[in-house]
Amino acid sequence: MLEIKNLSISFGGIKAVDNLNMKIEKGALYGLIGPNGAGKTTAFNMITGIYKPDEGSIVLDGKNITGKHTAEINRAGIARTFQNIRLFNNMTVLDNVKTGLHNAYTYGTLSGIFKTPAYRKAEKSMNEDALKLLQVFKMEDRAELKAGSLSYGDQRKLEIARAMATGPKLLLLDEPAAGMNPNETNELMDTIAFVRKEFDMTILLIEHDMKLVNGICEKLTVLNFGQVLMQGETKEVLKNPEVIKAYLGEDDV
Amino acid sequence: MSFVYYLINGISLGSIYAIIALGYTMVYGIAKMLNFAHGDIIMVGAYAVLNMTIYAGANPWVAILVSIAVCTLLGVIIEKIAYKPLRNAASSLAVLITAIGMSYLLQNLALLIFGADAKAFVNIIDVPSLVLFDGDLIISGTIIVTIVSCVLIMAGLTIFIKKTRQGQAMQAVSEDRGAAQLMGINVNGTISLTFAIGSGLAAIAGFLLCSAYPTITPYTGAMPGIKAFVAAVFGGIGSVPGAMLGGILLGIIEILSRAYITSQLSDAIVFAVLIIVLLVRPTGILGKNIREKV
Amino acid sequence: MKINKTAKNNLITYLMVTGAFLLVEILSLTGNLTYHFGGLLVPICVYVIAAVSLNLVVGISGELSLGHAGFMCIGAYAGAFFSKLTDGALPDIWRFILALIVGALVAGIFGMLISIPVLRLKGDYLAIVTLAFGEIIKNVLNVIYIGKDSRGFHFSLKGTMALGLEEDGMVIVNGPQGISRIPGGSSLVAGFILILITLFIVLNIINSRTGRAIMAIRDNRIAAESVGINVSKYKMLAFSISAALAGVAGSLYAHNIAIFSATKFDYNMSILILVFVVLGGIGNIRGSVIAAVILYALPEMLRGLSDYRMLIYAVLLIAIMLFNQAPAAINFRTKIKAKLSMKKNERGSE
Repeated sequence: MLEIKNLSISFGGIKAVDNLNMKIEKGALYGLIGPNGAGKTTAFNMITGIYKPDEGSIVLDGKNITGKHTAEINRAGIARTFQNIRLFNNMTVLDNVKTGLHNAYTYGTLSGIFKTPAYRKAEKSMNEDALKLLQVFKMEDRAELKAGSLSYGDQRKLEIARAMATGPKLLLLDEPAAGMNPNETNELMDTIAFVRKEFDMTILLIEHDMKLVNGICEKLTVLNFGQVLMQGETKEVLKNPEVIKAYLGEDDV
Repeated sequence: MSFVYYLINGISLGSIYAIIALGYTMVYGIAKMLNFAHGDIIMVGAYAVLNMTIYAGANPWVAILVSIAVCTLLGVIIEKIAYKPLRNAASSLAVLITAIGMSYLLQNLALLIFGADAKAFVNIIDVPSLVLFDGDLIISGTIIVTIVSCVLIMAGLTIFIKKTRQGQAMQAVSEDRGAAQLMGINVNGTISLTFAIGSGLAAIAGFLLCSAYPTITPYTGAMPGIKAFVAAVFGGIGSVPGAMLGGILLGIIEILSRAYITSQLSDAIVFAVLIIVLLVRPTGILGKNIREKV
Repeated sequence: MKINKTAKNNLITYLMVTGAFLLVEILSLTGNLTYHFGGLLVPICVYVIAAVSLNLVVGISGELSLGHAGFMCIGAYAGAFFSKLTDGALPDIWRFILALIVGALVAGIFGMLISIPVLRLKGDYLAIVTLAFGEIIKNVLNVIYIGKDSRGFHFSLKGTMALGLEEDGMVIVNGPQGISRIPGGSSLVAGFILILITLFIVLNIINSRTGRAIMAIRDNRIAAESVGINVSKYKMLAFSISAALAGVAGSLYAHNIAIFSATKFDYNMSILILVFVVLGGIGNIRGSVIAAVILYALPEMLRGLSDYRMLIYAVLLIAIMLFNQAPAAINFRTKIKAKLSMKKNERGSE
């Protein structure tokens, strides 16, 4: 599904990500972990075209997407969420999801102005699809609220729903459980598992919550200071003393 | 020789723009806002000098000092009343629109108090002209005073920012307001000080501007204010040397295009230069590029 | 549910405009309209269209434009130019309609041009570029002379004499004097229809895929890109449509008066329109209509007030911004609201 080769980027002389190699199979639930500042989000930003990598290549289903625009990469099949939630706060929950459907139903601006039959048909389907997605996330009763007024947990879920609306092959989640309480995290784990099964989705996620990582990720890549510390099956990786050291610091071991 | 004459005139006008632009740029660096009313403080300063010298019969130095005091106070009050409450507003448009409102308020108050008609500004600069090349090149006392003031202000401000505690506090606040607060810096006081200095400089600029172009109306400050804003953006907003460079380049461009192209299009040329500069370097000549954090 | 709600909201806006129009028409037919007020009607329509179109950029697209009058200026020149050329050659009504379309097209093309720097800049820098753009338009149009005679068009930057027109020649654009003897066409009916068309376009865009894309970019550009929205395309679209509608307003303005010059469309006019948008509520289209009508008509009607007009606008602008946007004011209001509802509850339980 996704193949990353020799990916590197530096900011002001410091290598934020250094020679990252990753291979994610179709249908996998893959975790990218590591201490703060290890370069995880930077890797996400390169995969989604927000940063242009200095070196290396990113190939999605045989198609080279390295250095393409964010919007193009989304259309190629990668959707994401953000560590610091980025919703369309002044728009309704429903409209947030409908914005995710932007490229699923295309009609022109003139169609919109004159409310042509094409417009009516597309809007009807968009409403249905968006409500269906909100039902998956149990948010259909909040469809008319402003996204900015939702609770923190709901905002995280809405971001996933919006990403799913773009019909991706690969879903990137940047710390989906950040700031959630244990109940919300459990619910989120169920939702991620459901999305994966229901939509046959491949998922790559960044997470600090080890319970979530241990609970749902099959494979892991551990980054430390921009470099890959270890890669492999979740259980093997989490037992590795190097990984434990990177997380807890040397003195504490 | 006429080219040199125009060049010197351009540097002189540019020096005034630079002094105004310093106020814009310092405030932008620290409060992260465009103080649209800055140009109108120039006008207030000029009216203050005029009224002190003509109607109160004060000594020129006293008049200038009073004008600086009035503008400094005005700048600090405006910041406290209109801008400070909006410092943490959700939309960055809010404070910009408030500043535009403040600009209009000052203009229209001046209109009510001083009337709409242009008043003659009496030049109180008593410095002899410099005659060079057997009279081929005459540099007026006003021009000499303007350029010298600009150099002194620039040097003084640089030393102030680099060497004094308050100056370093300013730098710290402009780098990272939150961190500066945690380090025990009085952020509100530092921002007030910045507005005070910027507005005081505007008073000097108002006096120099009206000495060089001796009429004054309530709208006198608006255009030079906007152009100084252009100069600040041109040089890279937030940068003190940038404001200086931008101001002087803008003054030269304006005077040369007035002299060699057409006076009616000089403003259009100044603004066109701005647009071109921003297309090539969106953060100005000496501005820093800031990457948005994702 | 939601569709009904927005449709209802939009209907209220259309009905409100229609009601106001009918009221004025009745007053006019029954002879209750003063000559002075009658003269204000078309300018009011001009400002309503200008405010609604500016709101598309400021409220919906979220970019501060300080050069809206520049686009009106282009529309006014293009429309008046067209009308002077085709006067007599076309039936009056068609000439006027085509002049409006020409004004819209030319201003729209300039809107597209300005959106090129707009795409690369943001916030304060964007504001200053739009301001600069408006000033450039005004200054350039102010020094242009264009004439026409049997040999064709003549162009100069020096003066009417430099055009070298033949006896039968006609000066169309006369430098700082602008364009004069413009054939008419504007009327309250025309203004009313144009307001409805403007509202129709803007409101329907907001409730379409295009509007959602524009608002998504406003709320969060990076997130909008991440869901596959072409940011450049939609920013350009918002600017061009807004400019084209401003062009219509300009052309309407030009056909209402026999003579105008570019200096009329200065920075102050841009700010005045911005005041209407801000006071009507940023992003609130109906608010723009109401604010433009009241704020334009009121000072004109209360003669003594006109000296203080801009002063009052300035104070209102600052006060409304502080009241609506300052975090302290927002907290204060929520506290008061909470207290009031508590009191209500107490009373309810008694």
